Amino acid sequence: MTTNTAPLSRYRTMRRIRSFEERVGELFLRGESAGSMLHLSIGEEAVVGVTDAMQKGDTFTTHHRGHGVFLGRGADPARMMAEIGGKASGYCRGKGGSMHIASHALGHLGANAIVGGGIPHVVGAGLTYRNRGTRQVSVAFFGDGAMQQGILYEAMNMAALWKLPVLFVCLNNQYGMGTRVDRSAGRLAFGERAESFGLAAAHGDGTDVEQVHDVASQLVVGARDGRPGFLEIDSFRFYGHARMDKSPYRTPEEEEEGRKRDPVLKARERIIAEGLATEDEATEIDTDAAEEMDAALESAVTAAPPALDTMFEDVFAPGTPAPRPQRDRLRAILSEDAA
Amino acid sequence: MSAIETTYRDAIRQALLDAMEEDENVILIGEEVGLYGGAYGVTKGLIDLYSANRVIDAPISEAGIVGTAVGAAMTGLRPVAELMYVDFIGLVMDQLANQAAKSRYMFGGQIAVPMVLRTQGGTGRSAAAQHSQSLEAWMLHTPGLRLAMPATVNDAYHLLRDALRQPDPVVFIEHKGLYTMKGTLDPETPDAGWGTPVIRRDGKDLTIVTYSRMLHEAMRAADTMAEAGIDAEVIDLRCLNPLDEAAIFASVQRTGRAMIVTEAATAGSAASEIAARIGESCFDWLEEPVVRIGGEDIPIPVSPSLEKGSIPSAQLIAEAGLWLMRKETPAWA
Ligand SMILES: Cc1ncc(C[n+]2csc(CCOP(=O)(O)OP(=O)(O)O)c2C)c(N)n1
Ligand SMILES: [Mg+2]
Repeated sequence: MTTNTAPLSRYRTMRRIRSFEERVGELFLRGESAGSMLHLSIGEEAVVGVTDAMQKGDTFTTHHRGHGVFLGRGADPARMMAEIGGKASGYCRGKGGSMHIASHALGHLGANAIVGGGIPHVVGAGLTYRNRGTRQVSVAFFGDGAMQQGILYEAMNMAALWKLPVLFVCLNNQYGMGTRVDRSAGRLAFGERAESFGLAAAHGDGTDVEQVHDVASQLVVGARDGRPGFLEIDSFRFYGHARMDKSPYRTPEEEEEGRKRDPVLKARERIIAEGLATEDEATEIDTDAAEEMDAALESAVTAAPPALDTMFEDVFAPGTPAPRPQRDRLRAILSEDAA
Repeated sequence: MSAIETTYRDAIRQALLDAMEEDENVILIGEEVGLYGGAYGVTKGLIDLYSANRVIDAPISEAGIVGTAVGAAMTGLRPVAELMYVDFIGLVMDQLANQAAKSRYMFGGQIAVPMVLRTQGGTGRSAAAQHSQSLEAWMLHTPGLRLAMPATVNDAYHLLRDALRQPDPVVFIEHKGLYTMKGTLDPETPDAGWGTPVIRRDGKDLTIVTYSRMLHEAMRAADTMAEAGIDAEVIDLRCLNPLDEAAIFASVQRTGRAMIVTEAATAGSAASEIAARIGESCFDWLEEPVVRIGGEDIPIPVSPSLEKGSIPSAQLIAEAGLWLMRKETPAWA
C-alpha cells in the first residue's frame, strides 16, 4: 500500500499561506501596500481542505479575505503580492488590489469587497457548466458576515432549484469586523438554513484540514453530479479585521484561546505523527515557504507602479474607444474656443 | 456652548449626540455603529451613553437596515441609518429610491419618511473600486431625496442637525478623507441655513462651484490663481438637494465664468447638472464655456498613483482657471 502524501502537500500549502499573509502584514508596515484594507486569512488555512478537493478547471469566487483560497488554487505569490502593492505586474495590473484579485486562467472569477457580492456568480458559472455539460464545479467562498446578506439565499435557492454544480463555503471565523457571529444571527445553525433550501450541508473543523478535506471532497463530488452543497468551516480570525484594526472588542484571553486553534500547527504535528515527515523535514518546508514569500515580498517592493494612462484601459474591451481623460476634454474645449 | 476646535468626525458625533439628547426618538442603526464605534469611529462611545435599543448594531444586511429605517420613520422614530460606504448604495437602492423617496408622493402625502441615511464616500485610501466612489448623482437623480455633503467641521455638525429636522428622507454623504480634518465648531452658529450655499472665498473673475472634499482642493487652486492675479470666487454648495440656484447664478452673473469641480466621475454627474443649469440661465452673462472638472470616467483603481491621478488636483483646477481667464496656456493644452 502506498502512503498518502496529500496531507504533506496540504501542510506545505497551509504553511505557504501563513508565510504569505505574514509578508502582507510586512508589506503594509513598510508602507508598500496599496492602502490598509488588507484582510489576512491567518487562522483560516484549513480552507486548503476545500481548494485541494477541487479539480483543475473548477472555478471560484472569494470574499475580501481570499488570499489563502487563491494560493490554495495555485496562485503565484509574487504576482499576488505585486497586486496587493498596486503594481503593474500584479494579477490585475494594479487596478484591483487585495480585495479584487482574480485570475481567469486559474479559475478565480474574482475577490469581492462587497460582502456577498461574488456569491451569485458561482450560480451563473454552474449554469454554464450544466448547459455545456463540462462537469466543472464552481465554489463560492465567503465569511460568516455574508450569512446575513439576502443575496446568499436567492443564490442557494436557485442552485438547488436548478440542480447546479455549485458549492457554497462559509468561512466562519467568528467575527464580521467587530461583531461576533452570535451578535449578528438570531440562530447559528447555518447548515440548517442551507438544508432548508435543499442543499447538502456539512460542517468543517477549521483546525483540522484533513477533516475539512474529507467533507469537502464529498460535497464536491455531489455538486459535480448536480447536487449543490454548503459547507461551514469554523475557525478563528487570529488578527484584526484589516491592518488598522487592533480588535479592541476582543479580550486578550479570547485572542489567546482562539489562536490555540491553529490549523497550521495541528497539520504540522499530524504529518510528523503519521511519519509523513520528520521534524527536520517539516522545518525544511517551513524554511522553503519563508524564503519563497520573502522573495515575493521583495519583488513586489521593487516592481514598477502602473503607468498613469493605464488607468483608462480595461473600462471597456480593447478596441473600444477609452474614456476621454479630463485633460484631453479641457484641451479640446480650449483649442476649439481659441480657433 | 461656545465654539470649539474639533475634527469633522467629532463634529458629526456631536451632532448625533445632541440630537439623541434632544429627542429620544432618534436612533442609530447600522453595521458596527455600536460596540465598534463606527468603521471610521464616528459613533464611538454612543452605545455607552444610550441603550442598545437606540444604538443598534445590525447584521450585514444593508437592504434590511434601510428598509427597517424606512418603517421606523413611517411610524414615529427618527432613524439615522448608517451605510458604511456609499459604494454599498446599490444594495439599498430599492429601499431608498423606490420606498423612502416615493412614499410621501405615492400615498398622496399621507406617509412621510423622515430618516437620515448617513454614509461616506470618496477616494484617498487606496480602497479600490468598490470603496472609493462618489455616487451623489444617483441620489440627485431620485426625486424625493434630500442630499447634503458637508466640507467643513461646522457644516458637518449643523447640516446633520438640520438633516434630522427635515420631514423627508435625507442622504448625508461624508468624505472619508475629511474625518481627521480640524476646524472650528460653533454649535450656536451655522455658516448658513439648510440648502443655502456659502461663498468660501469672494472673487470677481470666475466662479468655482464645488462641495465636499473638493472645496479644499478648489481653495488651494484659488490661492494659486491669486498669485497669477486671478480672483476666483469659491462657492460651497453644502446641499445638493435642495439646490439654491439663485446663489450660483448671482455669482456667475457677476464673474461671467464658471467652473464646477467635483470628485465624482464626470459623465452624468452633479457637475453636469449644475453646468446645464448655469448654461440655461446665465447664457447672456457668460464670457467662456462653463467647464466641468471632475473625476475620470473610470472605476477607481487601487494603485495609489493611479487613484490620485483619477481625480481633480488643485493644479489642474488652477491651470483651467488660467485658461478661462486667458492668462496663459496651461502645460497640458
Ligand atoms: C455589502 C458590504 N457591507 C459591509 C461591508 C464592510 N465590511 C467589510 S468586511 C465586513 C465584515 C465581513 O465579515 P465576514 O463576512 O465574516 O468576513 P471576514 O472579514 O470575517 O472574513 C464588513 C462589514 C462591505 N465590504 N460590504
Ligand atoms: Mg467573519
